[in-house]
Amino acid sequence: MAVVKLDSGYNIGVDPVACAFSGHPAETPAKKPEVPQKGDLPTLSIVSTGGTIASRIDYRTGSVTSQFDAADILTAIPELANVANYRTIPLATILSENMTPAIWQELARAIYEEIKQGVAGIIITHGTDTMAYSAAAISFMIDSPVPIVFVGSQRSADRPSSDNAMNAVCAARAATSDLVEVAVVMHATTCDDCCAIHRGTRVRKMHSSRRDAFRSIGIDPLGSVAYPSGEVSLEDHAVRRGNRKAGIHDRLEEHCGLLQFYPGISSDLLDAYEGYQGLVLAGTGLGHVSTALIPALRRLIDGGTLVVMTTQCMQGRVCDRVYDTGRDLLAAGVIEGGDMLPEVALVKMMWVLGDERDPEKAAVLMQADLKGESNRRSTHGL
Amino acid sequence: MDYNAIGLTAGIEIHQQLNTGEKLFCHCLTLLRDSAEHSGEFFRYLRVTESEMGEIDRAAQEEMKRDRKFQYYTYDTTCLVENDEEPPAPLNDEALSVCLTIARMFGMTPVRQVHTMRKLVIDGSNTSGFQRTALVALNGTLPNGGEIETICLEEEAAQRVRDDIFSLDRLGIPLIEITTSPCMHTPDEVQQVAEYIGMVLRSTGKVKRGIGTIRQDVNISIRGGSRVEIKGVQELDLIAEVVRREVQRQENLLAIREKLLRRNASVHDTTQDVTDLFISTKSTVLKKAKRIYALRLEGFGGLMGAEIQPDRRLGSELSDYAKKCGVGGIFHTDELPAYGITADEVLKLRARINARDQDCVVIVAAASNTQAQCALRQVISRARKAFSEKPVPEETRKMLETGSSAYMRPLPGAARMYPETDVIPVIIGDERWNGVKLPELLSAKAQRFAQEYAIDRNYATQLALSEKLPLFERALAEGIKPKLAAFTILSTCTELRREGVAVEKITDEDYLATWHAVERGEAAKEAIPDLFRGVASGDSFDGVIRKLAPAVSRQELESLIHRIIADRSEFVEQKGRAALGPLMGLVMTEVRGSVDGKTVSELLRKEIEAALAGKKR
Repeated sequence: MAVVKLDSGYNIGVDPVACAFSGHPAETPAKKPEVPQKGDLPTLSIVSTGGTIASRIDYRTGSVTSQFDAADILTAIPELANVANYRTIPLATILSENMTPAIWQELARAIYEEIKQGVAGIIITHGTDTMAYSAAAISFMIDSPVPIVFVGSQRSADRPSSDNAMNAVCAARAATSDLVEVAVVMHATTCDDCCAIHRGTRVRKMHSSRRDAFRSIGIDPLGSVAYPSGEVSLEDHAVRRGNRKAGIHDRLEEHCGLLQFYPGISSDLLDAYEGYQGLVLAGTGLGHVSTALIPALRRLIDGGTLVVMTTQCMQGRVCDRVYDTGRDLLAAGVIEGGDMLPEVALVKMMWVLGDERDPEKAAVLMQADLKGESNRRSTHGL
Repeated sequence: MDYNAIGLTAGIEIHQQLNTGEKLFCHCLTLLRDSAEHSGEFFRYLRVTESEMGEIDRAAQEEMKRDRKFQYYTYDTTCLVENDEEPPAPLNDEALSVCLTIARMFGMTPVRQVHTMRKLVIDGSNTSGFQRTALVALNGTLPNGGEIETICLEEEAAQRVRDDIFSLDRLGIPLIEITTSPCMHTPDEVQQVAEYIGMVLRSTGKVKRGIGTIRQDVNISIRGGSRVEIKGVQELDLIAEVVRREVQRQENLLAIREKLLRRNASVHDTTQDVTDLFISTKSTVLKKAKRIYALRLEGFGGLMGAEIQPDRRLGSELSDYAKKCGVGGIFHTDELPAYGITADEVLKLRARINARDQDCVVIVAAASNTQAQCALRQVISRARKAFSEKPVPEETRKMLETGSSAYMRPLPGAARMYPETDVIPVIIGDERWNGVKLPELLSAKAQRFAQEYAIDRNYATQLALSEKLPLFERALAEGIKPKLAAFTILSTCTELRREGVAVEKITDEDYLATWHAVERGEAAKEAIPDLFRGVASGDSFDGVIRKLAPAVSRQELESLIHRIIADRSEFVEQKGRAALGPLMGLVMTEVRGSVDGKTVSELLRKEIEAALAGKKR
């Protein structure tokens, strides 16, 4: 079908045979207003991976505009100019389901460069689907003296009700605050009243479409940003700025997998991971898979694959010492993953195995709390 | 008035809610709720966004002049789609079918592929900030030779509860928008066309009925004037009046322009802070204001207060523009001293900004410098239009109660349309289009009722247009006598309604049960009002009929009549056949309306005659 835009603004689809070529329309140059930046404000870097903040359909190119500089962002969200001055780094324009560990590495390097430039904080615009994975990856790969804030929107930027503006403004506030963690800043409720600040290693997208889809799991959020006042409140457990050095550890082992157990699962699936360096299992309850899988698991571990058990319950801690199956799993060499989220355990495993090939040392690292990913005590209910 | 001479041109847009099972883009029922029953609330801000062509719609721009914070009521009958928290479901196919039926009734051409658009509306009535709308068919004809330009299928907006609070029950109900060409030239013609289109819509039997379910927007212009759209005319009877008053307004604005030009009117950009003049004012509005600013309109003196429409002045027009910045309105010297502002204050004000006799001074009370400047910039821009080449601005206006209108926003342009990327376009194939069945027009139906059922012509028309038409047709299909059903619907119910009986509580099932009871002889026609009174007050149909009419068999009735005649044999002998009337009353009291009067009188007459004959023997 050919799409025709009528004078009224409506589009209709017509048979292409009914159309005749009449010529090209005159090019209309994109408007680019000057945006004054204020000298006395801190400078933030915005690294864009999916460009949700300033994206829109562009009929001239037929795609989403690839333009992404301070002027584009400030044109879309003028309130940002009250918070900081901005440097912009267009890293990628991908939907976040197309994110890869290789892009995490590029992202880590870009962030590290910006930190070295002395910016007050970093904002990463990211599609929401895999934002939590990327936040966890950056948590492990970067040691930062400034906050690194992931932000996105659940409703596209081209609608008047988009959450992009409020999320971006709150992210900028968090990035200029006393916080120093890798965080995700998104709507806390369905209202436009407040954003929550989540730790990058304890956050999960818990709803497919709501604005307040992101939730801290197993801990309270690190704090909140009120809107429109922009006031940032940090909880006691949020790590504050101090004398910290910038560092980057960007090696990742990509041959790692994540497998969710289900009743009746075939051990063929486990055999398929042969040759992988690591495998995270999302087991049932306290961290179980069926007894039938144990021989295959033993083969995998004996073959050099690091296997870590997490729970598909999401909330709570793995304990493979309560039931027989659990004990058999431990005997086979499965490592308990504590209360780590399954996908965080996977990202951590890639990072740990990127540097550490000794299975015992790697297992110790997997069980240690490195970036707030693992709680020593369970203080949080459902 | 000779409307031809002044070049009146008018078109209408009719918005009619469809009575589909589900909403247009989600699976919620199309059910209106009492706002007191809301189960949750949330609030949002709306921002203006650019069109896909990189432009900002002028109507949206105007709405952005103030803070756009809106509160929404949710219900157990609304979902995340209304909350703008979930992508839309596919376009409701039932609603599309109704649209196609209507399109066919007007002889229109359907579009090959229906594309849903987002029409930017940031007045808060849509949580998303846009109304989803799709063009379904083009080019229809009206019996008077006029044209229907388009039929669109839209989602209904949320209902304003008050101020910036909206109720989400109405949001998403399918709405058909029918737009005529500017093909009408007198106020009455506009009204007739609106009536005709309304009748066609109701003929489908798939539209909602009742107040607020149909709304008309009227587009009006006269020679030298401009196209003005007046929104939200809910009563059909007011349409002609709305047109007459808009003609009057445009003519008066044209006349004011002539006067302003003769006076060399001008409007400068200079505004002045005059807050200090009103430090000890008695005016409550001015006392509360943080900042008061003044503006001189040269040559406007006396014209600002001139009526351009009943209860509307040039000053009201300027005031509406200022309100877009969040101020309560403006004061101007044509209406002062008043509202607590003294003659002395007016003198000082005029002196301060060097106003001559022919000038008018506008003041605005605002919460800040920015707000005052915003409001006066609006006034300046509107005042300049008053003596420009185009003294009637192109506007969207809202109808006021009496038929006059107030400014809402500029006419929106094509820039407010954006493709709804979340909805997949729908192809209308030949098979579907050719298979659309045309319902009988209500006007034809009325004619048929009158002929087939020997119902009075007026009655037949009333029935065809009545909300109870489906009930009437169902009754006929179930074998109820047409006259019984027609009489109950049109006459009995009207009388009961006048009495204050809550007739709307009587369900179609109650009507049918009643008629069947009458047809079976279990209840008398005369008992219907009592039956309905009982049902309307909350009793069950079975309960009421038991209470009202203990079933009386033919045998019981005969023995009752025997007894009554035997007890009064002397009276019967004396009066002869004339005893029928008084005895009739006695019998009816005894059977308490459970037997048809006609049956009683026939039987009674027979028995009286038998009794009299017996005596003679």
